[in-house]
Amino acid sequence: MSSYLRFLVAGLIGFWLLLSGYWDNPLLLTLGAFSIALTAYLASRIERHYPLKSVTRMLFRLPAYGSWLLIEVIKTTLDVTKCVWMPSRYPISPTLDVVPMTQKTRVGKTIYANSITLTPGTVSVRFEAGGHLLVHALTADSMDDLKAGVMDSRVTAMEKQ
Amino acid sequence: MELILDVLSWILLMGGAFFGITGAIGTLRFPDFYSRVHAGSVTDTLCALMIIGGLILQAGFTLVTVKLIMVLAFLWYTSPAASHALVRAAHHMGVPPVLLPKPDARSKTREGSSSKP
Amino acid sequence: MFAATCLALLAIMAIALVRAFMGPSVYDRILAVNMFGTKTVLFLAAFGFLTGRPDFLDIALVYALINFIGIIAVLRFVETVTHTGTGADD
Repeated sequence: MSSYLRFLVAGLIGFWLLLSGYWDNPLLLTLGAFSIALTAYLASRIERHYPLKSVTRMLFRLPAYGSWLLIEVIKTTLDVTKCVWMPSRYPISPTLDVVPMTQKTRVGKTIYANSITLTPGTVSVRFEAGGHLLVHALTADSMDDLKAGVMDSRVTAMEKQ
Repeated sequence: MELILDVLSWILLMGGAFFGITGAIGTLRFPDFYSRVHAGSVTDTLCALMIIGGLILQAGFTLVTVKLIMVLAFLWYTSPAASHALVRAAHHMGVPPVLLPKPDARSKTREGSSSKP
Repeated sequence: MFAATCLALLAIMAIALVRAFMGPSVYDRILAVNMFGTKTVLFLAAFGFLTGRPDFLDIALVYALINFIGIIAVLRFVETVTHTGTGADD
């Protein structure tokens, strides 16, 4: 049993107990144990084909990255808000371009692409060959911010050993 | 104390409503599908965060707060996956994006075209 | 204050419905329906506070999950239908 699966089971037990709220009903506890065992079995079957190596380490680094991402989301949301309410002063300039990414692991790439999509103003369209990412941006400025590579280097630092 | 909490949650709830309406107006106003996705993701991120933050301030430290945080976590994990799947499917199907140059370059061309007639 | 939030969320949902009716492509409609769904989750949470019944939060949680699965399922359906070329009216 890998450390990833142990984390998953512990998290699922806490999740079930919190959401159900009945800690002494044997029927509900049995159902919960059954669901958790089923989920863990399915996850282990997935993991046999796509092993996740450094996930638990990244899990601990996630809160620091998440708080940075939150500030980034607020800033980019304000940019999009300006484009919506004052279209003459802040005109949009939609761009479709390829952005390099330096992540090695699949989880790192997924986190980077999801962060790009989560911040309003940029959406990752698809992976290109050679470690590149096709991105659609609402303004040319947000595309330039993305190409400066601050978010990219932060995600890459997260997957370091 | 009660008053401060009330004022704070008023601010958060109304801020969330403002960003939600901003995103909704954006989906009406933007010219093509891809830029509408950006407006939609405003309502999924900051609007949800502020409204749920305002509700958490009213709930205090109870099980309700935990459930609210779970709702927010679900929204924040699923909304990028959903909008990425949408954009990827649209790009795969060849929906043409409207691409515009940077504003300073465009204002020059606009002056050039308006001087013609 | 919860009533005001609920009204604002209803307004947002109405605008999303307008976009869903206007289209023009099927992806615009799916985007609008996705927005409608996430706003429904927030509306359920706020409505639970308005009526003083926090049980609504459980419904909101389940709705958040079902909405996501539903959007993905509809996208798959649209992709396969357009691939095989049957009934693609957009």
